[in-house]
Amino acid sequence: MNAIAFVHEQLSTKKEFPAFKAGDNITVNYKIIEGNKERIQSFKGDVIKKQGSGFTASFTVRKISDGVGVERVFPFASPNIDSVVLNKTGAVRRAKLFYQRSRSGKSARIREKRMAVSSEKAK
Amino acid sequence: MKGIIGKKIGMTSIFDPTGKQIACTIIEAGPCVVTQVKTTANDGYDALQLSFGDKKEKHSTKSEVNHFAKAQTAPKRFSKEFRNFSIEKNIGETITTDIFAEGEKVEVVGTTKGKGFQGVVKRHGFAGVGQQSHGQHDRQRAPGSLGNSSDASRVMKGVRMAGRMGTDRVKMKGLKIVKVFAEKNYILVSGSVPGHIGSIVLIQK
Repeated sequence: MNAIAFVHEQLSTKKEFPAFKAGDNITVNYKIIEGNKERIQSFKGDVIKKQGSGFTASFTVRKISDGVGVERVFPFASPNIDSVVLNKTGAVRRAKLFYQRSRSGKSARIREKRMAVSSEKAK
Repeated sequence: MKGIIGKKIGMTSIFDPTGKQIACTIIEAGPCVVTQVKTTANDGYDALQLSFGDKKEKHSTKSEVNHFAKAQTAPKRFSKEFRNFSIEKNIGETITTDIFAEGEKVEVVGTTKGKGFQGVVKRHGFAGVGQQSHGQHDRQRAPGSLGNSSDASRVMKGVRMAGRMGTDRVKMKGLKIVKVFAEKNYILVSGSVPGHIGSIVLIQK
């Protein structure tokens, strides 16, 4: 495993992402190439899992688009990810939210985790 | 031909410039020592014998120790001849990952994982016999007929049957050198490579 860890370290791009976990609502801005033009598209949804380690780690984002559930897997190290924005922190008890797939409507909502903020910030 | 002996380390993936993820295998390749140079004049053909991996002297036979002493190295675990080697090397010199450049297409030779005694469905891709329903049973992975009836009255040679599977020498062609980490002797090759982790593989072109 040491050799694989070494290779991962050599490859790593040291990208900065906001710390998010399963249950959080995020927006992933990713590059798409049309012909020879490049533009940025965003994908907003709930993180339902983070998996893997090192250079090959990835996360899955799920959203409901026109009533249909859509999931996308993004590798953390992908050069096509422009940025990740953390919209909401979710209050969940699990690391993998696969139960979301069998839910729809109201029951598919994830409660927002409210954190204590210092009074200065609250103003 | 040029080549190097290596050890399979494991797999990972890498991104190409367009963002496509490519699976690749990490191979610890070399350094290999040239332990014998064969020439047409002397042996009837041109070849280099490369050796890889150290072995303790107490685990080696005397003939091994003396053979490797000619190249002034310690006894090695694995030796392999490469015919018509395109790079000129003398006995005792080393071959490292620098003989390969990134983007080069190579062949990787390895020994596949042993699968044990397997039936014809897994071993030869047979489809089994019959249906799952309509009262049929116990025939789903069966080989079916072995051949003709009274004319011949025997099973022909080479009829595919169940048996030991795996541990075959397999050559993967057209794999690409994705990256070379010369300081650690690691080569990243696109795709998968036969054999289990730690097994000996040959990278050649």
